[in-house]
Amino acid sequence: MKASAFAYARATSVDEALKLLAAHGEKAKLLSGGQSLMPAMNLRLISPELLVDIGGLDELRGIAVTNDVVRIGALTRHVDLLKCPEIAVHAPLLAEAVAHVAHPAIRNRGTLGGSLAHADPAAELPACMLALDATLIVRGGRGERRIVAADFFQGIFQTALSEEELLVAVEFPVRRTNSVHYFYEFARRHGDYAIAGLAAQAIVDAGTIAGLRLAFFAVGDRPVLAGAAGRLINVSITPVLLSDASAALGEEVDASEDQQATAAMRRHLAKVLLVRCISVLLGRPELSVSERAA
Amino acid sequence: MTAPIPISLHVNGERVDAHVLPRLNLADFLREHLHLTGTHVGCEHGVCGACTVRADDEIVRACLMLAVQADGMSIQTIEGLSDSGEVGDLQAAFRDRNALQCGYCTPGMLMAAQDLLRQHPEPSRERIREHLSGNYCRCTGYQAIVDAVEATALSRRGRAA
Repeated sequence: MKASAFAYARATSVDEALKLLAAHGEKAKLLSGGQSLMPAMNLRLISPELLVDIGGLDELRGIAVTNDVVRIGALTRHVDLLKCPEIAVHAPLLAEAVAHVAHPAIRNRGTLGGSLAHADPAAELPACMLALDATLIVRGGRGERRIVAADFFQGIFQTALSEEELLVAVEFPVRRTNSVHYFYEFARRHGDYAIAGLAAQAIVDAGTIAGLRLAFFAVGDRPVLAGAAGRLINVSITPVLLSDASAALGEEVDASEDQQATAAMRRHLAKVLLVRCISVLLGRPELSVSERAA
Repeated sequence: MTAPIPISLHVNGERVDAHVLPRLNLADFLREHLHLTGTHVGCEHGVCGACTVRADDEIVRACLMLAVQADGMSIQTIEGLSDSGEVGDLQAAFRDRNALQCGYCTPGMLMAAQDLLRQHPEPSRERIREHLSGNYCRCTGYQAIVDAVEATALSRRGRAA
Protein backbone atom coordinates (compact mmCIF):
# COMPACT_ATOMS: atom_id res chain seq x y z
CA MET A 1 0.00 0.00 0.00
CA LYS A 2 0.90 3.67 -0.14
CA ALA A 3 1.12 6.03 2.80
CA SER A 4 -1.89 8.29 3.28
CA ALA A 5 -1.45 12.01 2.64
CA PHE A 6 0.59 14.06 5.08
CA ALA A 7 2.31 17.41 5.25
CA TYR A 8 6.08 17.61 5.20
CA ALA A 9 8.50 20.03 6.82
CA ARG A 10 12.25 19.90 6.50
CA ALA A 11 13.79 21.07 9.77
CA THR A 12 16.92 23.18 9.45
CA SER A 13 17.83 23.03 13.15
CA VAL A 14 17.03 20.97 16.24
CA ASP A 15 15.21 23.97 17.70
CA GLU A 16 13.01 24.25 14.63
CA ALA A 17 12.19 20.53 14.81
CA LEU A 18 11.30 20.91 18.51
CA LYS A 19 9.04 23.88 17.77
CA LEU A 20 7.18 21.87 15.13
CA LEU A 21 6.79 18.95 17.55
CA ALA A 22 5.52 21.31 20.25
CA ALA A 23 3.01 22.86 17.85
CA HIS A 24 1.67 19.59 16.41
CA GLY A 25 2.03 17.12 19.31
CA GLU A 26 0.96 13.58 18.56
CA LYS A 27 -0.11 14.46 15.02
CA ALA A 28 3.55 14.91 14.03
CA LYS A 29 6.28 12.29 13.58
CA LEU A 30 10.01 12.75 13.18
CA LEU A 31 11.50 11.31 10.00
CA SER A 32 15.18 10.31 10.13
CA GLY A 33 16.13 7.26 8.04
CA GLY A 34 12.50 6.22 7.71
CA GLN A 35 13.29 2.50 7.63
CA SER A 36 10.72 1.68 10.32
CA LEU A 37 8.46 4.72 9.93
CA MET A 38 7.87 4.34 6.18
CA PRO A 39 6.84 0.65 6.36
CA ALA A 40 4.40 1.49 9.18
CA MET A 41 2.98 4.36 7.11
CA ASN A 42 2.82 2.32 3.90
CA LEU A 43 0.95 -0.40 5.79
CA ARG A 44 -1.32 2.34 7.20
CA LEU A 45 -0.52 1.26 10.73
CA ILE A 46 0.09 4.93 11.45
CA SER A 47 -1.00 8.05 9.57
CA PRO A 48 0.73 11.14 10.95
CA GLU A 49 -0.52 14.49 9.70
CA LEU A 50 2.95 15.98 9.59
CA LEU A 51 6.40 14.53 9.01
CA VAL A 52 9.25 16.60 10.37
CA ASP A 53 12.30 15.57 8.36
CA ILE A 54 15.43 15.86 10.53
CA GLY A 55 17.61 14.05 7.96
CA GLY A 56 19.52 17.22 7.10
CA LEU A 57 20.62 18.06 10.66
CA ASP A 58 24.35 17.39 10.50
CA GLU A 59 24.73 18.36 14.18
CA LEU A 60 23.02 15.04 15.03
CA ARG A 61 25.49 12.97 13.00
CA GLY A 62 28.84 11.48 13.83
CA ILE A 63 30.88 9.34 16.21
CA ALA A 64 33.34 10.87 18.68
CA VAL A 65 35.53 9.34 21.39
CA THR A 66 36.66 11.71 24.16
CA ASN A 67 37.77 11.04 27.76
CA ASP A 68 36.95 7.34 27.46
CA VAL A 69 33.37 8.06 26.38
CA VAL A 70 31.92 7.15 22.99
CA ARG A 71 29.28 9.60 21.78
CA ILE A 72 27.18 8.69 18.76
CA GLY A 73 24.82 11.20 17.16
CA ALA A 74 21.25 10.00 16.69
CA LEU A 75 21.38 10.35 12.90
CA THR A 76 24.43 8.08 12.58
CA ARG A 77 23.43 5.34 10.17
CA HIS A 78 23.82 1.59 10.71
CA VAL A 79 26.34 1.46 7.86
CA ASP A 80 28.41 4.20 9.54
CA LEU A 81 28.58 2.12 12.74
CA LEU A 82 29.50 -0.96 10.73
CA LYS A 83 32.37 0.74 8.92
CA CYS A 84 33.69 2.92 11.77
CA PRO A 85 37.14 1.76 13.01
CA GLU A 86 36.57 3.45 16.40
CA ILE A 87 33.38 1.49 16.99
CA ALA A 88 35.21 -1.72 16.10
CA VAL A 89 37.86 -0.92 18.73
CA HIS A 90 35.78 0.68 21.49
CA ALA A 91 32.42 -1.08 21.09
CA PRO A 92 32.93 -4.35 19.19
CA LEU A 93 29.56 -5.55 20.54
CA LEU A 94 27.83 -2.80 18.61
CA ALA A 95 29.83 -3.49 15.44
CA GLU A 96 28.87 -7.16 15.59
CA ALA A 97 25.21 -6.50 16.36
CA VAL A 98 24.72 -3.97 13.54
CA ALA A 99 25.59 -6.63 10.96
CA HIS A 100 22.41 -8.43 12.07
CA VAL A 101 20.17 -5.41 11.49
CA ALA A 102 18.15 -6.02 8.32
CA HIS A 103 20.04 -5.81 5.01
CA PRO A 104 22.62 -3.53 3.32
CA ALA A 105 20.05 -1.31 1.57
CA ILE A 106 18.22 -0.76 4.88
CA ARG A 107 21.44 -0.16 6.82
CA ASN A 108 22.40 2.56 4.33
CA ARG A 109 19.40 4.64 5.46
CA GLY A 110 18.44 3.45 8.93
CA THR A 111 19.79 5.41 11.90
CA LEU A 112 20.79 4.50 15.46
CA GLY A 113 18.48 7.15 16.93
CA GLY A 114 15.60 6.01 14.76
CA SER A 115 15.99 2.43 15.91
CA LEU A 116 16.17 3.43 19.59
CA ALA A 117 13.24 5.85 19.45
CA HIS A 118 11.16 3.26 17.54
CA ALA A 119 11.86 0.71 20.34
CA ASP A 120 10.89 -2.49 18.60
CA PRO A 121 11.30 -5.16 21.29
CA ALA A 122 12.96 -7.47 18.72
CA ALA A 123 15.54 -4.89 17.61
CA GLU A 124 19.24 -5.42 18.27
CA LEU A 125 20.44 -1.89 19.04
CA PRO A 126 18.22 -1.14 22.07
CA ALA A 127 19.59 -4.28 23.74
CA CYS A 128 23.15 -3.19 22.92
CA MET A 129 22.48 0.11 24.67
CA LEU A 130 21.48 -1.81 27.82
CA ALA A 131 24.53 -4.08 27.62
CA LEU A 132 26.87 -1.10 27.07
CA ASP A 133 25.25 0.82 29.96
CA ALA A 134 24.54 3.70 27.58
CA THR A 135 22.94 7.01 28.43
CA LEU A 136 20.47 8.46 25.94
CA ILE A 137 20.51 12.21 25.54
CA VAL A 138 17.16 13.76 24.79
CA ARG A 139 16.31 17.37 23.97
CA GLY A 140 12.98 19.10 24.44
CA GLY A 141 11.62 22.62 24.71
CA ARG A 142 12.84 22.85 28.31
CA GLY A 143 16.35 21.64 27.60
CA GLU A 144 18.26 18.39 27.71
CA ARG A 145 17.65 15.21 29.74
CA ARG A 146 19.96 12.23 30.18
CA ILE A 147 18.19 8.89 30.51
CA VAL A 148 19.93 5.58 31.23
CA ALA A 149 19.06 2.88 28.70
CA ALA A 150 17.41 0.68 31.34
CA ASP A 151 14.84 3.46 31.97
CA PHE A 152 14.44 4.51 28.34
CA PHE A 153 12.73 1.41 26.93
CA GLN A 154 9.28 0.99 28.47
CA GLY A 155 7.31 -1.40 26.29
CA ILE A 156 6.43 -2.29 22.70
CA PHE A 157 7.30 0.88 20.72
CA GLN A 158 7.19 2.75 24.06
CA THR A 159 10.04 4.89 25.37
CA ALA A 160 10.65 7.61 27.93
CA LEU A 161 10.56 10.18 25.08
CA SER A 162 7.64 12.59 25.24
CA GLU A 163 5.91 13.69 22.02
CA GLU A 164 7.80 16.97 22.20
CA GLU A 165 11.28 15.53 22.62
CA LEU A 166 13.97 14.40 20.25
CA LEU A 167 16.78 11.91 20.82
CA VAL A 168 20.05 13.68 19.98
CA ALA A 169 22.81 11.22 20.92
CA VAL A 170 23.89 8.26 23.01
CA GLU A 171 26.97 7.97 25.21
CA PHE A 172 28.67 4.96 26.75
CA PRO A 173 32.08 4.18 28.24
CA VAL A 174 34.80 2.80 25.96
CA ARG A 175 35.55 -0.88 26.21
CA ARG A 176 37.84 -1.76 29.12
CA THR A 177 40.98 -3.79 28.49
CA ASN A 178 39.63 -6.99 30.06
CA SER A 179 36.12 -6.63 28.71
CA VAL A 180 34.60 -9.20 26.38
CA HIS A 181 31.29 -9.36 24.58
CA TYR A 182 28.85 -11.87 23.17
CA PHE A 183 26.10 -11.39 20.62
CA TYR A 184 23.76 -13.96 19.15
CA GLU A 185 20.22 -14.02 17.88
CA PHE A 186 17.94 -16.78 16.72
CA ALA A 187 16.20 -15.71 13.52
CA ARG A 188 14.52 -17.62 10.70
CA ARG A 189 16.66 -15.92 8.05
CA HIS A 190 19.61 -13.55 8.06
CA GLY A 191 18.32 -10.01 8.57
CA ASP A 192 14.96 -11.04 9.97
CA TYR A 193 13.81 -9.84 13.34
CA ALA A 194 15.07 -12.13 16.08
CA ILE A 195 12.93 -14.77 17.78
CA ALA A 196 15.21 -14.39 20.81
CA GLY A 197 18.57 -12.70 21.17
CA LEU A 198 21.27 -11.74 23.64
CA ALA A 199 23.73 -8.83 23.70
CA ALA A 200 26.22 -9.20 26.53
CA GLN A 201 29.16 -7.25 27.87
CA ALA A 202 31.42 -8.67 30.59
CA ILE A 203 34.62 -8.09 32.50
CA VAL A 204 36.60 -11.30 32.81
CA ASP A 205 39.57 -11.50 35.20
CA ALA A 206 41.65 -14.69 35.33
CA GLY A 207 38.73 -16.92 34.41
CA THR A 208 36.27 -15.19 36.74
CA ILE A 209 33.48 -12.87 35.64
CA ALA A 210 33.93 -9.57 37.49
CA GLY A 211 31.09 -7.75 35.75
CA LEU A 212 28.26 -8.95 33.51
CA ARG A 213 25.41 -7.23 31.70
CA LEU A 214 23.10 -9.61 29.87
CA ALA A 215 20.59 -7.77 27.67
CA PHE A 216 17.97 -10.09 26.21
CA PHE A 217 15.83 -8.91 23.32
CA ALA A 218 12.86 -10.25 21.32
CA VAL A 219 11.90 -12.17 24.44
CA GLY A 220 9.39 -9.82 26.06
CA ASP A 221 7.87 -6.40 25.39
CA ARG A 222 11.22 -4.57 25.76
CA PRO A 223 14.91 -5.42 26.02
CA VAL A 224 15.76 -6.46 29.58
CA LEU A 225 18.86 -6.84 31.74
CA ALA A 226 18.81 -10.28 33.34
CA GLY A 227 19.05 -10.28 37.12
CA ALA A 228 20.37 -13.84 36.88
CA ALA A 229 23.71 -12.34 35.78
CA GLY A 230 24.31 -11.50 39.46
CA ARG A 231 24.64 -15.22 40.26
CA LEU A 232 27.64 -15.55 37.96
CA ILE A 233 29.79 -12.69 39.22
CA ASN A 234 32.96 -13.34 41.27
CA VAL A 235 32.28 -17.04 41.64
CA SER A 236 33.86 -20.14 40.20
CA ILE A 237 31.45 -21.19 37.49
CA THR A 238 30.50 -24.85 37.41
CA PRO A 239 27.91 -26.56 35.21
CA VAL A 240 25.63 -26.82 38.26
CA LEU A 241 25.93 -23.11 39.05
CA LEU A 242 25.26 -22.23 35.41
CA SER A 243 22.27 -24.53 35.35
CA ASP A 244 20.89 -22.79 38.47
CA ALA A 245 21.41 -19.36 36.88
CA SER A 246 19.68 -20.60 33.76
CA ALA A 247 16.71 -21.82 35.83
CA ALA A 248 16.56 -18.44 37.58
CA LEU A 249 16.57 -16.73 34.19
CA GLY A 250 13.66 -18.91 33.11
CA GLU A 251 11.74 -17.72 36.18
CA GLU A 252 12.44 -14.04 35.63
CA VAL A 253 11.85 -13.85 31.85
CA ASP A 254 8.42 -12.46 31.02
CA ALA A 255 8.26 -14.09 27.60
CA SER A 256 5.72 -13.07 24.99
CA GLU A 257 3.93 -15.21 22.43
CA ASP A 258 3.33 -14.44 18.74
CA GLN A 259 3.23 -16.26 15.41
CA GLN A 260 7.01 -16.77 15.52
CA ALA A 261 7.27 -18.55 18.86
CA THR A 262 5.44 -19.53 22.03
CA ALA A 263 6.40 -18.03 25.39
CA ALA A 264 7.84 -21.41 26.44
CA MET A 265 10.04 -21.55 23.34
CA ARG A 266 11.34 -18.03 23.96
CA ARG A 267 12.09 -18.88 27.59
CA HIS A 268 13.96 -21.99 26.45
CA LEU A 269 15.95 -20.05 23.83
CA ALA A 270 16.89 -17.40 26.41
CA LYS A 271 18.28 -20.13 28.67
CA VAL A 272 20.22 -21.67 25.79
CA LEU A 273 21.67 -18.23 24.95
CA LEU A 274 22.76 -17.70 28.56
CA VAL A 275 24.67 -20.98 28.70
CA ARG A 276 26.31 -20.46 25.31
CA CYS A 277 27.22 -16.89 26.22
CA ILE A 278 28.99 -17.81 29.47
CA SER A 279 30.75 -20.70 27.77
CA VAL A 280 32.05 -18.38 25.02
CA LEU A 281 32.95 -15.49 27.37
CA LEU A 282 35.04 -17.79 29.55
CA GLY A 283 36.38 -19.84 26.65
CA ARG A 284 35.08 -23.02 28.30
CA PRO A 285 33.25 -25.11 25.69
CA GLU A 286 32.55 -27.87 28.24
CA LEU A 287 30.07 -25.54 29.99
CA SER A 288 27.68 -25.57 27.05
CA VAL A 289 27.28 -29.34 27.49
CA SER A 290 24.88 -28.35 30.26
CA GLU A 291 22.80 -26.63 27.56
CA ARG A 292 20.89 -29.91 27.32
CA ALA A 293 19.82 -29.46 30.90
CA ALA A 294 18.71 -25.89 30.20
CA MET B 1 1.85 21.93 3.59
CA THR B 2 0.28 18.94 1.81
CA ALA B 3 0.81 20.88 -1.42
CA PRO B 4 3.40 19.71 -3.97
CA ILE B 5 6.99 20.46 -3.02
CA PRO B 6 9.67 21.36 -5.56
CA ILE B 7 12.59 18.94 -5.81
CA SER B 8 15.71 18.91 -7.91
CA LEU B 9 17.87 15.83 -8.31
CA HIS B 10 19.92 13.85 -10.79
CA VAL B 11 18.56 10.59 -12.16
CA ASN B 12 20.96 8.46 -14.18
CA GLY B 13 23.12 11.53 -14.71
CA GLU B 14 20.33 13.78 -15.97
CA ARG B 15 19.02 16.68 -13.96
CA VAL B 16 15.34 16.40 -13.05
CA ASP B 17 13.17 19.18 -11.59
CA ALA B 18 9.69 18.29 -10.39
CA HIS B 19 6.90 19.09 -7.97
CA VAL B 20 5.85 16.13 -5.85
CA LEU B 21 3.38 15.43 -3.08
CA PRO B 22 5.08 14.54 0.23
CA ARG B 23 3.48 11.08 0.28
CA LEU B 24 4.97 10.05 -3.09
CA ASN B 25 7.74 7.51 -2.58
CA LEU B 26 10.86 7.43 -4.71
CA ALA B 27 9.89 4.19 -6.48
CA ASP B 28 6.58 5.64 -7.67
CA PHE B 29 8.28 8.88 -8.64
CA LEU B 30 10.76 7.00 -10.83
CA ARG B 31 8.10 4.77 -12.37
CA GLU B 32 5.18 7.11 -12.83
CA HIS B 33 6.75 10.52 -13.26
CA LEU B 34 9.93 9.53 -15.10
CA HIS B 35 8.60 6.28 -16.64
CA LEU B 36 11.66 4.38 -15.44
CA THR B 37 9.74 1.17 -14.85
CA GLY B 38 12.80 -1.03 -14.30
CA THR B 39 12.54 -0.19 -10.60
CA HIS B 40 9.89 -2.67 -9.51
CA VAL B 41 7.39 -2.33 -6.69
CA GLY B 42 6.74 -5.51 -4.75
CA CYS B 43 5.89 -5.39 -1.06
CA GLU B 44 6.03 -1.60 -0.52
CA HIS B 45 7.34 -2.05 3.00
CA GLY B 46 11.01 -2.71 2.53
CA VAL B 47 11.03 -6.49 2.68
CA CYS B 48 11.35 -7.75 -0.92
CA GLY B 49 14.12 -5.60 -2.42
CA ALA B 50 12.52 -5.30 -5.90
CA CYS B 51 12.71 -1.49 -5.71
CA THR B 52 16.45 -1.29 -4.91
CA VAL B 53 18.14 1.77 -6.47
CA ARG B 54 21.33 3.72 -5.79
CA ALA B 55 21.11 7.03 -3.94
CA ASP B 56 24.39 8.96 -3.76
CA ASP B 57 26.17 5.74 -4.72
CA GLU B 58 24.63 3.53 -1.99
CA ILE B 59 21.80 1.07 -2.50
CA VAL B 60 18.50 1.92 -0.82
CA ARG B 61 14.89 0.80 -0.88
CA ALA B 62 13.06 3.24 -3.15
CA CYS B 63 9.75 2.32 -1.46
CA LEU B 64 11.09 3.43 1.94
CA MET B 65 12.30 6.79 0.75
CA LEU B 66 10.13 9.76 -0.11
CA ALA B 67 10.73 11.55 -3.37
CA VAL B 68 11.14 14.76 -1.33
CA GLN B 69 14.00 13.12 0.56
CA ALA B 70 15.81 12.58 -2.74
CA ASP B 71 16.03 16.33 -3.27
CA GLY B 72 19.64 17.18 -4.11
CA MET B 73 20.66 13.54 -4.47
CA SER B 74 22.03 11.56 -7.37
CA ILE B 75 19.84 8.53 -8.09
CA GLN B 76 20.82 5.65 -10.33
CA THR B 77 18.33 3.03 -11.47
CA ILE B 78 18.73 -0.25 -13.31
CA GLU B 79 18.21 1.69 -16.57
CA GLY B 80 21.28 3.80 -15.77
CA LEU B 81 23.47 0.83 -14.86
CA SER B 82 22.23 -1.12 -17.86
CA ASP B 83 22.67 1.68 -20.42
CA SER B 84 26.17 2.51 -19.20
CA GLY B 85 27.17 -1.14 -19.54
CA GLU B 86 28.21 -1.28 -15.88
CA VAL B 87 26.24 -4.49 -15.26
CA GLY B 88 26.40 -5.95 -18.81
CA ASP B 89 28.51 -8.93 -17.75
CA LEU B 90 26.33 -9.55 -14.69
CA GLN B 91 23.19 -9.50 -16.84
CA ALA B 92 24.82 -11.95 -19.27
CA ALA B 93 25.77 -14.24 -16.39
CA PHE B 94 22.18 -14.15 -15.08
CA ARG B 95 20.91 -15.12 -18.53
CA ASP B 96 23.51 -17.86 -19.06
CA ARG B 97 22.85 -19.44 -15.68
CA ASN B 98 19.03 -19.09 -15.84
CA ALA B 99 19.22 -16.91 -12.75
CA LEU B 100 15.84 -15.42 -13.56
CA GLN B 101 12.48 -16.82 -14.52
CA CYS B 102 9.68 -14.29 -14.17
CA GLY B 103 12.26 -11.49 -13.85
CA TYR B 104 10.38 -9.42 -11.33
CA CYS B 105 13.16 -9.44 -8.74
CA THR B 106 15.98 -9.17 -11.29
CA PRO B 107 16.53 -5.38 -11.40
CA GLY B 108 16.77 -5.22 -7.60
CA MET B 109 18.90 -8.36 -7.56
CA LEU B 110 21.32 -6.81 -10.09
CA MET B 111 21.52 -3.56 -8.11
CA ALA B 112 22.33 -5.44 -4.89
CA ALA B 113 24.78 -7.83 -6.57
CA GLN B 114 26.66 -5.01 -8.30
CA ASP B 115 26.82 -3.15 -4.96
CA LEU B 116 28.48 -6.22 -3.42
CA LEU B 117 30.95 -6.68 -6.29
CA ARG B 118 32.02 -3.03 -6.11
CA GLN B 119 32.78 -3.34 -2.39
CA HIS B 120 34.07 -6.92 -2.35
CA PRO B 121 35.48 -8.13 -5.67
CA GLU B 122 36.16 -11.61 -4.22
CA PRO B 123 33.04 -12.53 -2.25
CA SER B 124 32.50 -16.02 -0.84
CA ARG B 125 29.18 -17.70 -1.64
CA GLU B 126 28.17 -17.05 1.96
CA ARG B 127 28.90 -13.35 1.56
CA ILE B 128 26.91 -13.25 -1.70
CA ARG B 129 23.95 -14.86 0.06
CA GLU B 130 24.24 -12.42 2.95
CA HIS B 131 24.37 -9.37 0.69
CA LEU B 132 21.38 -10.57 -1.34
CA SER B 133 19.45 -11.66 1.76
CA GLY B 134 17.21 -8.60 1.50
CA ASN B 135 16.14 -9.45 -2.06
CA TYR B 136 13.43 -12.03 -2.52
CA CYS B 137 13.17 -14.31 -5.53
CA ARG B 138 10.15 -16.61 -5.65
CA CYS B 139 11.21 -18.52 -8.80
CA THR B 140 14.82 -19.64 -8.83
CA GLY B 141 15.58 -20.88 -5.32
CA TYR B 142 18.60 -18.50 -5.33
CA GLN B 143 21.20 -21.16 -6.25
CA ALA B 144 21.50 -19.94 -9.85
CA ILE B 145 21.60 -16.30 -8.75
CA VAL B 146 24.52 -16.98 -6.39
CA ASP B 147 26.22 -18.93 -9.22
CA ALA B 148 25.81 -15.99 -11.62
CA VAL B 149 27.21 -13.46 -9.15
CA GLU B 150 30.12 -15.76 -8.31
CA ALA B 151 30.86 -16.35 -12.01
CA THR B 152 30.83 -12.59 -12.67
CA ALA B 153 33.23 -11.96 -9.78
CA LEU B 154 35.58 -14.62 -11.16
CA SER B 155 35.53 -13.34 -14.73
CA ARG B 156 36.05 -9.71 -13.60
CA ARG B 157 39.10 -10.79 -11.62
CA GLY B 158 40.37 -12.65 -14.68
CA ARG B 159 39.98 -9.53 -16.79
CA ALA B 160 41.69 -7.36 -14.18
CA ALA B 161 44.69 -9.72 -13.96
